[in-house]
Amino acid sequence: MFILIVGCGRVGSSLARSMLSEGHEVSCLDEDPESHTRLEVGLDKSWEDLGGQFTVGTGLETDALLAAGIEKADAFIAATNGDNTNIVISQIAQRRYEVPNVIARILDPLRAEWYGQQGLHTICPTRVAIDMLEGAVREGARREVA
Amino acid sequence: MYIIVVGAGKVGWNLARELLEKNHEVTVIESNRRRYLTVEQELEHNVTYGDASELWVLERAGIQRADMVIAVTGDDEDNMLICQVAREKYEVERIIARVNNPRNRPHFDLLGVKPSVSATDLILRLLEHEVPEYGLVHLLDLQEEQLEIIEMLLGQDSRVTGRRVGDLSMPEGSLLISVLRAGKGFVPSADTVLEAGDEVLAVLDPGREEDIKELFGPANGGNGTG
Repeated sequence: MFILIVGCGRVGSSLARSMLSEGHEVSCLDEDPESHTRLEVGLDKSWEDLGGQFTVGTGLETDALLAAGIEKADAFIAATNGDNTNIVISQIAQRRYEVPNVIARILDPLRAEWYGQQGLHTICPTRVAIDMLEGAVREGARREVA
Repeated sequence: MYIIVVGAGKVGWNLARELLEKNHEVTVIESNRRRYLTVEQELEHNVTYGDASELWVLERAGIQRADMVIAVTGDDEDNMLICQVAREKYEVERIIARVNNPRNRPHFDLLGVKPSVSATDLILRLLEHEVPEYGLVHLLDLQEEQLEIIEMLLGQDSRVTGRRVGDLSMPEGSLLISVLRAGKGFVPSADTVLEAGDEVLAVLDPGREEDIKELFGPANGGNGTG
């Protein structure tokens, strides 16, 4: 699989490393050239030597998306630190480039839910945290009763 | 009409002021606290503080009953998404979005956010019109209808100067509709002979500009018409 990840922060870079180690082709796009360093944390070879690809640019720039290989992407992950950016670029990937598997990270639960209903695959870390916290509180309460 | 304006920068503030003068009901949403406090001194209850990217902020501003949403922040992604949810989630009938970077305009179109307004594009259009040497002038773009009308000034060196209209091989999807000569316009017939200094108007399918430039441009192969 060819996976394009936009946003090479903590989430994007970790995902990139694990996907590469599973044998996928991985291309990262980030506007900050320094974020490349994050890809190599814990690795003894350079990202490129391991077969990874890295492009500097934003997901709104057509040239950057093309250079990062969006036209051959099987999966597109929008994992920048901005909800708005993620929502816009994932729709671009879906509608213009018809990437089969598009996933957007959206922190705002309300919009994650609505865009999810509109056919976008959304992951909402805030929702996950809320659910886990609720679970932990209930678990604690049960233990107290018992 | 009830109009929600997002962004209380220079554009949003002045827009709100004009709309209020025309007796519309207006709410401006501004996400910068300091800017909000400044604008509030004049607009009072017509401005509200919050990030309009968040749905509850839009709902608190009464988006369900809004007749129009105008997004004029300095951020294209905000403007796009605010208009997208206004139209698709809250079924607001009319939206207008500001484009800050003209390169982003295709993204606005892709998300169905129309009409969108770009000051840079408007100035470029004016520039084209003011400086005819620039080549081909867009007079009208009908995006929905997929048609555009363009104007070209024929120079001495134009390939078509001195030729009969009937002999021109106009590119497919284009039609010569009018000739302006010595201040008068007329519809050309097949026998009309084009002269240097004529301004010709043509209607085209989008994307045929290069073919038209090629045909009407100078015989030496350049692109200008001057």
